Amino acid sequence: MSAPSLFAEQELIDSVHAARNAATPLSIIGSGTKSQIGRPAQSDKTLSTAALTGITLHEPAEMVIAARSGTPLAEVERRLADKKQMLPFEPMDYRPLLGSTGEPTIGGVVAANLSGPRRIMAGACRDSLIGIRLVNGKGELVKSGGRVMKNVTGLDLVKLVCGSWGTLGVLTEVTFKVLPKPQRSATLVLHGLDDANAIAALSAGLGSPFEVSGAAHLPNGVERVSATLLRLEGFDEQITYRLDALKKQLHRFAAADYVEGAQSAALWRSVRDATFLVEPRENAVWRISIAPSKAAKIIAEIKKSLTIRHFYDWGGGLIWLSLPATGDAGASAIRSALFGTGGYATLVRGPADIRAAIDVFEPLSPALRVLTAGIKQSFDPDGLFNPGRMIAGI
Amino acid sequence: MGIAFPIPDNAIILRREAIISGLSALIPPESLITSEDERRAFETDALTSYRRMPLAVVLPTTTEEVAAILAFCNENGVKVVPRGAGTSLAGGAIPQEDAIVLGVGKMNKVLDINFGDRTMRVQSGITNLAISAEVAHKGFFYAPDPSSQLACTIAGNIAMNSGGAHCLRYGVTTNNILGVRMVLIDGTVVDIGSDAMDAQGLDLLGLIIGSEGQLGVVTEAIVRILPMAEGARPVLFGFETSEEAGACVAAIIGAGIIPVAMEFMDKPAIEICEAFAHAGYPLDAGALLIIEVEGSDAEMDAMLKKIVTIAKKHGVKTVKESKSAMETAAIWKGRKSAFGATGRIADYICMDGTIPTGQLPYVLRRIDEIVKSYGLRVANVFHAGDGNLHPLILYNCNDPEEANKAEEAGNDILKLCVEVGGCLTGEHGVGIEKRDLMRHQFTEIDLGQQMRVRAVFDPKWLLNPAKVFPLDGRISA
Repeated sequence: MSAPSLFAEQELIDSVHAARNAATPLSIIGSGTKSQIGRPAQSDKTLSTAALTGITLHEPAEMVIAARSGTPLAEVERRLADKKQMLPFEPMDYRPLLGSTGEPTIGGVVAANLSGPRRIMAGACRDSLIGIRLVNGKGELVKSGGRVMKNVTGLDLVKLVCGSWGTLGVLTEVTFKVLPKPQRSATLVLHGLDDANAIAALSAGLGSPFEVSGAAHLPNGVERVSATLLRLEGFDEQITYRLDALKKQLHRFAAADYVEGAQSAALWRSVRDATFLVEPRENAVWRISIAPSKAAKIIAEIKKSLTIRHFYDWGGGLIWLSLPATGDAGASAIRSALFGTGGYATLVRGPADIRAAIDVFEPLSPALRVLTAGIKQSFDPDGLFNPGRMIAGI
Repeated sequence: MGIAFPIPDNAIILRREAIISGLSALIPPESLITSEDERRAFETDALTSYRRMPLAVVLPTTTEEVAAILAFCNENGVKVVPRGAGTSLAGGAIPQEDAIVLGVGKMNKVLDINFGDRTMRVQSGITNLAISAEVAHKGFFYAPDPSSQLACTIAGNIAMNSGGAHCLRYGVTTNNILGVRMVLIDGTVVDIGSDAMDAQGLDLLGLIIGSEGQLGVVTEAIVRILPMAEGARPVLFGFETSEEAGACVAAIIGAGIIPVAMEFMDKPAIEICEAFAHAGYPLDAGALLIIEVEGSDAEMDAMLKKIVTIAKKHGVKTVKESKSAMETAAIWKGRKSAFGATGRIADYICMDGTIPTGQLPYVLRRIDEIVKSYGLRVANVFHAGDGNLHPLILYNCNDPEEANKAEEAGNDILKLCVEVGGCLTGEHGVGIEKRDLMRHQFTEIDLGQQMRVRAVFDPKWLLNPAKVFPLDGRISA
């Protein structure tokens, strides 16, 4: 633990006290690479965690790493890679999609609960996060969880804070459980399937015993001929066996070939970062979370009224969708298609005026809104942190 | 016995008849238990040294009945102790005299199974094992596997965020639930999460799981089901010392291998379990590891070869690979019956702290010293991969002095777990058992933040109020 960082934590507490005394709301940022996500900031001042850097703990044999919140994600991943380990949840990089610059911080990863393709097997950021320290809106340093991976002591504020987009407090340190990097990774590719058949194939793969760690479908229009991708990770001999076994199992959908090494890695990086939807830059981009069996129907429904490009991750459970940023950027059509399905839509890219006018995150039922407002109040009674970023008025 | 209960509210106890009459208007007679004999079945859980007779017990059969009961209790200031199967080792389901028990056991149906989405919607009173049994014919299972899985309910698992032997690979309850239907204390029914992977807004699901029945009563859950591996095979390793076994665990993980389970037993635990289960555990070993791998036969052969090579480098004396389903069952029977087998030779309290695994040799030595200093014996079984310890402190419950010593030794062990960077409870929950130790792990600020969040859901502290937070210094808003 380096002295400047400890100093920086106290400085941050002082800043929160000052903001509280002056009743000045704050935008909480790491390096700001995702500041275009959410409803536009309703605060004049910015509080950054960028000075809070450094890996504070890495015990490879205990599969645990901790870092101050402003530490670049890249530094954490590098340190883990040195010991052939990784963050299990494969955090996405929003920079290509948002056209932002800077080094994403580990605190920002937690604030956004960023998770990539491996979420389907290894869980989301919230599943690997085991400890936090944060400064709440009263300027108090609160800790929850710790450095051990099995811990049910007290209320789990760790998960509550993960994905709260800086609305509950300012993270100062985060701790994760990690996994060994797989020795070998390969991707089975099936060509020419339509959305419904592709999702059925992905479900069959995910329902197999072969531990599919990525399951995506790139429809015609994203790829020239649609491509359905299933990733296998593990020991060398294991992958040889599983590629063959899975290929046989999915033969009833389509013949398959496979890629591995750099080619496979690049493919999953594109799925992770949704780079297929970067262009056209002026388009809005949505992220829809839904049970896979409902996904193709939802897309068909949305297509009745909107012109879209889309692809699927998480076996069909995550839909990425791009469409012209006009009117409400498709919000009402998308949300009415999702009504009653248990699915949720989030606008992750769109002009500020649209983000100010619509619900960027899925609107809450009245009862959930009351609970959410109460929790916000319990952390941040004066509404200092990112007011209204997730939900208008909270 | 040292754990205090809140002083019962006499005004409530005096109104017992009126409260029962009010409840009887909400549920059919067979769902309301009032006689002393029948209530006795609910006066404790698996922390049997503490018992309190509740005012009444309600066993609703629908979410609507739960909502009506909670709304009634909220209006009348009656405390509610939610209960699954009553298997809590931490006293999480022990009632109090001025409270009713609300048992969800009658709500035990499967509502929907979707193999394509790998999800299942169940009522919360279903047992953990019944969920897996329901989908086994298609090769699926529900992953968290607490030792009490035959009896314990998913409601209780959600309340305590239960783990099990295989959570090193598959995670604990919170990693395997996608949504719940929950009734708040004022009777409002909320759906949190769904059958989609990411939920809307704040992660309330993550907050509710492990909240020990203090935020609401869960009546339905959407759980993830997973495909079973092609096969599973455990291997038994006998070591002379705990240090060697601990180093072997670290080396396996260091080599990039994550077995689905790595279970540790010390010598007293080996002897107790072997006498009960006849699993072929090596009685000359000072420490035993059960390591399980999954996959096809060839995959398991390859994985076990790597693991055995590592074990040999760390001085393993006995290596016993399971050669049949029967041997596998016997190996696990020994481990899973550790608590029951111990109960046959003595009374015991089961601790549940977690430590950083690097601290294992030091902590085992200290546990031995602590327990000996009280003149007692201890048997250690634990999940070695994640450092979740289960020291079983043996004592005679008919000897009040010895019972107090056992509790004190347990408290010393848990404080030790916190001192070395771990926590008070890895999977059993705080309950009443560890409530008064919470200040060893958390500051007043930490606890204050937790209690303010709790108060959002239950401002009057009606839900399971004797648990989790120290009785003094409670915050209501």
